[in-house]
Amino acid sequence: MQTLTNKAQAVNRAPMSFWERLYLINIIKGMLITFSHMFKKQPTIHYPEQKREFSPVFRGLHVLNRDEEGRERCTACGLCAVACPAEAITMEAAERIEGEEHLYREEKYAAKYEINMLRCIFCGLCEEACPKDAVYLSETFAPANYTRKGFIYGKPDLLIPNPKTEATALATAKGVEA
Amino acid sequence: MTILSFDWAFVVEKLIMIAIIVFASLGIALYTTFGERKVAAILQDRPGPSRAGPFGLLQPLADGLKLIMKEEIIPTHANKWLFILGPGLAMTASLMSCAVIPWGTPIHVFGRTVELQIADINIGILYVFAVVSMGVYGIMIGGWASNNKFSLMSALRAASQAISYELAMGLALIALLMTTGSLSLKTIVEQQVTGHWWNIVYQPLGFFIFFVCAMAECNRTPFDLPEAENELNFGYHQEYSSMKLGFYLFAEYINMIMSSAIMASMYFGGYDLPFFDETTVAPNIAAMIGVGTLLIKIVLFIFLFMWIRWTIPRFRYDQLMNLGWKTMIPLALFNMLLTGALILAKL
Repeated sequence: MQTLTNKAQAVNRAPMSFWERLYLINIIKGMLITFSHMFKKQPTIHYPEQKREFSPVFRGLHVLNRDEEGRERCTACGLCAVACPAEAITMEAAERIEGEEHLYREEKYAAKYEINMLRCIFCGLCEEACPKDAVYLSETFAPANYTRKGFIYGKPDLLIPNPKTEATALATAKGVEA
Repeated sequence: MTILSFDWAFVVEKLIMIAIIVFASLGIALYTTFGERKVAAILQDRPGPSRAGPFGLLQPLADGLKLIMKEEIIPTHANKWLFILGPGLAMTASLMSCAVIPWGTPIHVFGRTVELQIADINIGILYVFAVVSMGVYGIMIGGWASNNKFSLMSALRAASQAISYELAMGLALIALLMTTGSLSLKTIVEQQVTGHWWNIVYQPLGFFIFFVCAMAECNRTPFDLPEAENELNFGYHQEYSSMKLGFYLFAEYINMIMSSAIMASMYFGGYDLPFFDETTVAPNIAAMIGVGTLLIKIVLFIFLFMWIRWTIPRFRYDQLMNLGWKTMIPLALFNMLLTGALILAKL
């Protein structure tokens, strides 16, 4: 039969010779192979102490961004929710009232913004859809919780620390996540 | 009261010896489980247990604690007494064989000469054989009492395997006994200490047969058919939980230590440190060096056991029987005849 690759080898069905039937030589060969592995470098990464570098396009849990003055960028336009193939994002919009200019960047903001992390497939389409640079996928991953409810992340879970008032918290968050 | 007039200090001395040796064996067995996991890991490019304590050194304690805390289950239709007897018997049999191993030259404490051996009986090797064969009863009783067909199959396998390989083991030993002329392990070791060579030089084939059979006796891979997970689920200890399972697993490691000690004593000079004149140091220090030497030999043998385990896959059952009856026994008989002929020819 014509082989597809030149790697095919015919099965050797010749009866084993006396030395082959003894198995001893092959056993010793095998033992030398395992012994040589004692001196090989272990590929193990000892996880909590050591971490593997993420690739630059890694997509982890979402964050809601703020601008330089600490105002929320999200205007609750809903484009991320529309883009989301898993329908994991819901939000409710609200109008900014007088005196809230330091909290929200534009006249409209998200009063409620929820991502269901169990539904989310971490495709990053929300990030691409966002016209206001508000939603980003971070490098945090593997959330753990006891209840399903705990996986529905609201605004307090998603918003990054305010760079004006919580500069140190932001720095540590970046340090942990980077 | 003449009946009480024997040497009480002797009794105390022996009791202390027994306590030390039993607890030392248990301690070594505990760390052999750790060693097994580490060796397996290193041979497979893994780090092995490394979380409990520095370098994972507390791992065996954690394992033991876990086994003790587990729920004790006795199946409803199991034979309760035999079910409990099985692991106890396996453990007792494996611990009993340490009685005749000479651990070193005598030491002198409190004006007494203390032999570093629990009992120097003149049929030492026969005693070991008798006790080791009892170990298979632990497996058989456990497998039978579990009322589980897989356990029973495994027990059957263990019994037939042990019988097949004990034959070749005994025949290999006969050849050794023909050259030494003594059944006492102490005498055999002393002959090697005073003589020129260790027995391995006179009996290389005999040692090889003995080693393979010892591996089969200890149910170690490639002869671990009683524990063949892929055919028998878990083998004879399938229904066992908690420390009863622990006893079975532990007995295997103690068996391994004891067979290593016996092989070291019979073929590798026991407590004899080569190229070292023991008379140049104080007798007590010489004895300690002897104990250390024997322990190092045991550790090397255990490493060899593990190394083989993590290299070779398990035999198929017919291959195991073929090897035992068609290769090992004829080979052992040949070795016996050859030794006899060489002795006759005064070589």
